[in-house]
Amino acid sequence: MNNHTRLSVTRRELLGSSGALVVSAAVPWLSGSAQAQGSNMKKPALAPDELDSWVAIQPDGQVIAYYGKVDLGQGLEVAIAQIVAEELDVAFDKVEIIMGDTATSLNQGGASSALGIQAGAKPLRNAAAEARRLLVDMASAKLGLAPGKLGVSDGVIFALDDVGKRVSYAELIGGQYFNTKVEWNKKNGNQMNVKGKAKPKLPAQYTLVGQPVSRRDVAWKVFGTGRYVSDITVPGMLHARVIRTPRAGSIAEAVDASSIQSIPGARVIREKNFLAVVADKEWDAVRAARLLKVTWSEAKNLFPTWEKVHDHIRSAPTLKRDDSEKTGDVAAAFQSAARVVQAEYEWPFQSHASMGPACAIVDARADHATLWTGSQKPHYARDGVAKQLGLAAEKVQGIWFIGPGSYGRNDAGDAALDAALLSKLTGRPVRVQGMRHDATAWDPKAPASVHRARAALDASGKVIGYEFTSRGFSRASIRSNESDPRDSLSGMEIGLPPNIGVGFGTPEESYGFNNKLLAWEVIPALLDGASPLRTSHLRDPVGLQIHFASEQFIDELAVATGADPVAFRLNYLTAARDQAVVKAAAEKSGWKARSSARRDLSADLLKGRGIAYAQRGGTILAVVAEIEVERKTGRIWGRKFTVAHDCGLVVNPEGLRHTIEGGLVQSLSRSLFEEVHFDKNSVTSVDWLSYPILDMKDAPESIDVVLINHPEVAPTGAGEATCRVVPAAVANAFFDATGVRLRRAPMTPERVMAALASAS
Amino acid sequence: MATTQFTVDGKPARVDGDPQMPLLYALRGDLKMINPKFGCGLAQCGACTVHINGEAVRSCVLPVSAVQGQQITTLAGLGTPDKPHPLQTAFVQEQVPQCGYCINGWVMTAAAFLKKNPTATDAQVRDALAGLKCRCGTHVSIMRAIKRAQAQMV
Ligand code: FES
Ligand code: FES
Repeated sequence: MNNHTRLSVTRRELLGSSGALVVSAAVPWLSGSAQAQGSNMKKPALAPDELDSWVAIQPDGQVIAYYGKVDLGQGLEVAIAQIVAEELDVAFDKVEIIMGDTATSLNQGGASSALGIQAGAKPLRNAAAEARRLLVDMASAKLGLAPGKLGVSDGVIFALDDVGKRVSYAELIGGQYFNTKVEWNKKNGNQMNVKGKAKPKLPAQYTLVGQPVSRRDVAWKVFGTGRYVSDITVPGMLHARVIRTPRAGSIAEAVDASSIQSIPGARVIREKNFLAVVADKEWDAVRAARLLKVTWSEAKNLFPTWEKVHDHIRSAPTLKRDDSEKTGDVAAAFQSAARVVQAEYEWPFQSHASMGPACAIVDARADHATLWTGSQKPHYARDGVAKQLGLAAEKVQGIWFIGPGSYGRNDAGDAALDAALLSKLTGRPVRVQGMRHDATAWDPKAPASVHRARAALDASGKVIGYEFTSRGFSRASIRSNESDPRDSLSGMEIGLPPNIGVGFGTPEESYGFNNKLLAWEVIPALLDGASPLRTSHLRDPVGLQIHFASEQFIDELAVATGADPVAFRLNYLTAARDQAVVKAAAEKSGWKARSSARRDLSADLLKGRGIAYAQRGGTILAVVAEIEVERKTGRIWGRKFTVAHDCGLVVNPEGLRHTIEGGLVQSLSRSLFEEVHFDKNSVTSVDWLSYPILDMKDAPESIDVVLINHPEVAPTGAGEATCRVVPAAVANAFFDATGVRLRRAPMTPERVMAALASAS
Repeated sequence: MATTQFTVDGKPARVDGDPQMPLLYALRGDLKMINPKFGCGLAQCGACTVHINGEAVRSCVLPVSAVQGQQITTLAGLGTPDKPHPLQTAFVQEQVPQCGYCINGWVMTAAAFLKKNPTATDAQVRDALAGLKCRCGTHVSIMRAIKRAQAQMV
């Protein structure tokens, strides 16, 4: 073990022993005696334009940086610490990141759209640079030397021509505050930024940024010495289980409280259509939820069933169409085409299916409240809880502890608002945790969709027109954060009016087709209310859906025009960085040019190789999948993957590789296995048997990652981009292996068998 | 009401209450041993795994009354930062966990398996770990860590 891991274990153990107060206790010197000693001893109120809201130097020279996003285990904490340490010229180990507590960090949007570094690091970089500038000024006054004659090394400022003349950050300001304003861009959330007078370093000056550094949250997770949100307990708290309707849209007509009489302390809590049981012991709440007799109103038959959902999408009315991404005259191009190639693709509803059901605790008092949440957007969760309780936001403290996995708007937001309502109704702190079906059946879903693509070719096979239309449920029928109870199950159950969001998305690529249209259409939700098929963000929202289709279609065009899939892409891609990732993935994987499928259907084990490429918010990547298909069982094994990844400046290659791997494997699971099943009234995917995900036997044997570093380009996101290219890469590899297209996801053994049977 | 007595990580433990209550709730609730996690409550994910007399068992479906007199080991009893189990060392070195909620299941299940099969092949390891879930997709690094630990264990 290296020093970093040792340090973090000790810190965690210390923190862990102080229980629920861990996070506020983690700033020991805030409440220390130093605070009383003078004007720089008082911390200004938390506000974006206060430098002290971003960085602090402790009496021992340690640096604290307050990060208004959270690290879900992808190494952001380390990357932010690297950036802060770089700008302040201190050793990496000196920087501690405090995040996710609304009392000590600002609302930088929480974990959102893989912007942890791209957006989240900006104000911290600027604040750290400004802090260094101020410290050098202080040293200059103290040492009687112009700032230009001073250097900084690991938090010590010294005279360049006499290193004996020196003063440390700790001596200058340790335990005190800067009391200095920075310029705030007046934005909240992801866009929040501040600027001081200092200019941050140029990438060429970096010594720490770009180095591989190990994470500090690994050891406690492996030794079990830290706490998840579900491990937090608060004195006097009740345990609760929320009971949701077995049939969407139907409500509890009668609740027989006597059915749980035999369970000590168990009772029913009800407010309009919101129904829960509480008990002092968790097991008693679980039992009570199982035993409680409820008479539900008649079934409404609102859902088309999962088998027919794509027919429904095709035939439903269009709520909104966007065809603003358009170049040239597409209709004319198709009229003059020598040949038209077209195809249609389908993607199912998918669940976050986080590793454990979400948990939250709320302690609501008359005039203030505390929330412990695993929501990846704790500031927004705090806002939602405040509204649920009728309190001002600043009267509620939201404290984030890592939850059982988080990839967008999962069930954590609902748990927070459930707990708030229950604490209000019972007058006690309440801990809510779902059962497995709450996490899988009731989390907000990634939308199901249908994608139509067509291309007009001239006589020579050149693409002269291109049209791609996605049609499906909204990417977020409820918002991607829980700042408004109207976007939560409990809010809808107590009768708040729904707050429907409408939108989808288009492929992100640089194919230079003339006469090109990228469009989307959204259809109405199946139920405007507390629905298990509400849609919201799941890792790389609508990215898998869209690029499963668009990148498979590019492959189909390559085949239709007799071109190698790599060569075809290189021929049409217009951006140099895009071409570079495609070339890098092809080269690293030992790509062999081909213009048609291998179509060798004689062997039991069929092998194929496919490529897909995309952009995502400035990040560019390509992946080559090498798969095996068991002809007798229909099983696809994604055996080897090669990823070429360009997200501008690489801050921490080690963290980046892990992030890419995790995203790839999760996306492979969604490509091959995941599909939410539902009948006319309810989601029937309720556990790991009815919603299977990738198993160890399905995990790739190897993942090769080529990182293309562009220090001159500001870093862009890496947490989601890989997800969007995997589905098409696998489908294209399947075509290479079999000569058959799989245009519907997930690519399950049943679908593979059916596709092979219909082809032969 | 019933009383069940057993040991956890070498220390005696006693739980009163519903004998049908799963061991997981006794460990997490009554005994404040929080390493086993609630993932599914259905024996489908492994997050709640503990060792009972050295065997990996899913505590979410085992009634507490069934462990009367048994020796239970949790992740914290398997190894500590100062005396880590080789799998724990390897999981740290390979930086395996993302959210980490599943890790208890993988480490505890793999530890029991490798104890009996230290030289298992990759395919055997994959087989032995079938059914465990990791939603964050850390599978590839889990395999790397197990290989690394195997090298230490033989
Ligand atoms: S919680 Fe026991 S196996 Fe999932
Ligand atoms: S690391 Fe998150 S579920 Fe495995």
